[in-house]
Amino acid sequence: MTTLRIPTPLRTYTGGKSEVTVGGVKISDALNDLTTQFPAIKPHLFNESGELRPFVNLFVGEHNIKDLQGVDTPIKDGDKVMLIPSIAGGRTS
Amino acid sequence: MTLLDFRLTESNTIPLDSLAFHVGDTPLLPLRRLSRSLSPRTRVFVKAEWFNPGGSVKDRPALNIIQNAILHGDLGNGKRLLDSTSGNMGISYATFGAALGIPVTLAVPASASSERISILKALGAELILTDPLEGSDGAILKARELAAERPDLYWYANQYNNDANWQAHYLSTGPEIIRQTNGQVTHFVAGLGTSGTFTGTSRYLLEQLPDVNVIAFQPDAPFHGLEGLKHMPSAIKPGIYDESMVGTPLEVRTEAAHEMVIRLAREEGLFVGISSGAAVVAALQVASELDEGVVVTVLPDAGYKYLSDKKLWEQDWSPTSPDVGGDV
Repeated sequence: MTTLRIPTPLRTYTGGKSEVTVGGVKISDALNDLTTQFPAIKPHLFNESGELRPFVNLFVGEHNIKDLQGVDTPIKDGDKVMLIPSIAGGRTS
Repeated sequence: MTLLDFRLTESNTIPLDSLAFHVGDTPLLPLRRLSRSLSPRTRVFVKAEWFNPGGSVKDRPALNIIQNAILHGDLGNGKRLLDSTSGNMGISYATFGAALGIPVTLAVPASASSERISILKALGAELILTDPLEGSDGAILKARELAAERPDLYWYANQYNNDANWQAHYLSTGPEIIRQTNGQVTHFVAGLGTSGTFTGTSRYLLEQLPDVNVIAFQPDAPFHGLEGLKHMPSAIKPGIYDESMVGTPLEVRTEAAHEMVIRLAREEGLFVGISSGAAVVAALQVASELDEGVVVTVLPDAGYKYLSDKKLWEQDWSPTSPDVGGDV
């Protein structure tokens, strides 16, 4: 299982959780699992064609998946994956 | 009138580096190809803020904040200027800090683009990188914490709550827009980050031209890619934010801003950053509803600091009906 770390602006859609445990062998599996567990998050991450929205950044460890294999980037048990908001993103105060 | 003129008329005792003289008085450029579908009596103009020495609109508030702090003895006494920033404000602080010999410490989200981090390091700023999951609000909280812990070391500039932020726009951006449009501006459109640009400029315009319409815009959702802008309902509200003046902001989707930066580059020759794309989306939306009017918006920076996002600049886009010629 992989730990997906959720940025503050998206925690509204994960029941306040800052980390979600997801299964799968690549990023697309992890995101499918996330959106199955929390369907309300889906339109924030994917466009109408089902593609990852262009400003959504995912890091496996230190590496942005845009510099690896995109949503086909492999993940393994114990990996920590981080969803990064745009830097002016908000905190629910 | 530039900020420097204002300060010099008030007090000519402040030693200033010549860089400060070039802050403000940015060009007001017409949108030509992008405004073709508008009423022929409606024009859209943009303030080209990348002409500032630090490369963005943030030179205005940064300089005014620093000058006020020097005037009041808060800086220039060995203390470090401390603030949180998503990038451009930090670059402006670091630029004038370097020029004036004022050390600068910045809390910056670790997710800030590599270009911005490199520029800040080049200018000698001390960086404290904050949790990227917390965004710019995480950087705000870190700066507050440092300011509370070490008041002996830091002077907290606090751009979100410092009146010198919006006053910079009241003193410079507003008067420039009146002068450059010969007082004919009918609509002013600006995005909300600290809200300084919108608040200060709008206050001045409304005082001078009571019939002017001022329209704010913000990202359409809490999770967005419009760097420098805030989705106010889900963010820490800046102290200088004036809700009564903002009314109901327009909302801009990140993808619409991305498409617009490409159109601005390829149809207008304006290579600008993402928040500038959002500003033009909002300004054109306002202009499209007018039979007659002069719409002005502010383009905060150029596109150079976003080049690492390669996919953004490689989007397919060609004008549907090339319009050759005209004045450049």
